[in-house]
Amino acid sequence: MRRNGALALAFHTAFVIFMLAPIAIVCWVAFTPTGFLSIPVDEFSLRWFKAIGRYPEFIDAFWNSVGLALTSSVLALAFSVPAALALARYQFRGREALTALFLSPLMIPHVVLGIAFLRFFTQIGLSGSFTGLVVSHIIVVLPFAMRLVMAATAGMDRSVEHAAISLGASDWTVFRRVTLPLILPGVLSGGVLAFIQSFDEVTMTVFVAAPGTMTLPVRMFLYIQDNIDPLVTSISACVIAITAVFLWAIDRLYGLDRLLSGHGRD
Amino acid sequence: MNRQQSTALTPWLLAGPALLLFLGVVLVPLIMTGMLSFHDFSTSKGIQPVFLLKNWEEVLTDSYFHEMFARTLRVALWVTLACLVLGAPEAYVLSRMSPQWRGVFLLVILGPLLISVVARTLGWALLFGGQTGLINKALMGAGLIQSPIPFMFTETGVVIALTHVLVPFMVLSVWTALQRVDLATENAAQSLGASAFTTLRRVVLPQALPGMLSGAIIVFALAASAFATPAIIGGRRLKVASTLAYDEFLNTLNWPLGAAVAVLLLLGLTATIVGSNRLVERRWAQVFQ
Repeated sequence: MRRNGALALAFHTAFVIFMLAPIAIVCWVAFTPTGFLSIPVDEFSLRWFKAIGRYPEFIDAFWNSVGLALTSSVLALAFSVPAALALARYQFRGREALTALFLSPLMIPHVVLGIAFLRFFTQIGLSGSFTGLVVSHIIVVLPFAMRLVMAATAGMDRSVEHAAISLGASDWTVFRRVTLPLILPGVLSGGVLAFIQSFDEVTMTVFVAAPGTMTLPVRMFLYIQDNIDPLVTSISACVIAITAVFLWAIDRLYGLDRLLSGHGRD
Repeated sequence: MNRQQSTALTPWLLAGPALLLFLGVVLVPLIMTGMLSFHDFSTSKGIQPVFLLKNWEEVLTDSYFHEMFARTLRVALWVTLACLVLGAPEAYVLSRMSPQWRGVFLLVILGPLLISVVARTLGWALLFGGQTGLINKALMGAGLIQSPIPFMFTETGVVIALTHVLVPFMVLSVWTALQRVDLATENAAQSLGASAFTTLRRVVLPQALPGMLSGAIIVFALAASAFATPAIIGGRRLKVASTLAYDEFLNTLNWPLGAAVAVLLLLGLTATIVGSNRLVERRWAQVFQ
């Protein structure tokens, strides 16, 4: 393999700084001891992390986000595992159209989805409800789960299934005892990716959430629109830290590039 | 039921629940939004379920909307260009690294995709303005500029922050394309006497091109419909299509007009994506097989 030259490495260094700078500065400013935004140099303080405890609206929003992300990612998996099996294994008329339909939320702008859901939920009396939030999040995260489950299913060796069938196992037993364990890494990774996408979603949720069902990113967004102060940097630093732990774990488990490009492990 | 029938039905039974969910909760709301854009609105009477072209006339003829859609397009094009210029070379540099370092840097570069876009944009707001505006401090300290460059509430600032948010998609896309490249072709070119530059231009670039194009389509679509970043960096005055639709819905409460803006954004993007996908597939059909 050919090595990178000095110019390439200089470009690479600049690129990495560009990628990390905004994330690093949020975490840095979060440790300021002053009451205003500043870059702490010789004195670091946890005062703004402790201050988060005095804002129950952020704490409530955090738990609401966690509950929402858990519910919607589990339900998205429940819908996408059978659908992915159908799309990956059967040749049937309408297969292409179904795939396009299930992946369409990736291509429809989230603002448009948000508006459509707001209108829809207002008409059917679900506006601002947790149920409405869950339904809308299932739609938005389903394509991520679907792609990874499809990749796992397509790459699976079916001879074990055939063996189980010839030994007299029922369809359900084959699925539960053979298929599911084999595609489990793909299913789990799809679930984790769906969880993170739901936890971070802001554009669509800003239309659907009401004050009582506010998620953390929406709460942060609305707060930042009014003013930026050290409190929101310490909250963001916590969100970044939590995401970093997740990232490290799924990179170990599955490989981040495979997870994000949806190609699965092959 | 005989075996033949049951296999024909099975995929539909498996995909059925998801299909019903999507028909009921994606298709129906989108159609309702399309219909909403033809309704009338007044502050005293609210939304009137009538059919008229008023909102569409306003969106298509008023210079305020022209300016806003032109800005959306301009920002999206600059972001796409910046992502190509930064992301494609970076993917190439990554592909030539040793596996250990590559693993580390893929995590560093792709990781931000999963970090809240609000937190990342907040980082740019901190870097751009006020006491923490390190970029202007550094540029002035180096004597490159005399007075601070305004980044906050400008298109420049929105383009920089959006490039940061979206460039991982370009790296990912080009990186995936480069993984399929046979390293032997590069070595062959070199051994036949091609210079490093010629190898890059005649051997590597053509193989990376499909990745660059699909990356460009993704980045363009996401930049044109981005919301949180333009809302925070651009502020209330520098409107793009998505922030304008948001304002019509949640501040002015003129839902029909907001729906018209949203539907136009959706149609414009769909046309762009479908059109460019056709182009890419026709031109590079053999590469995708």
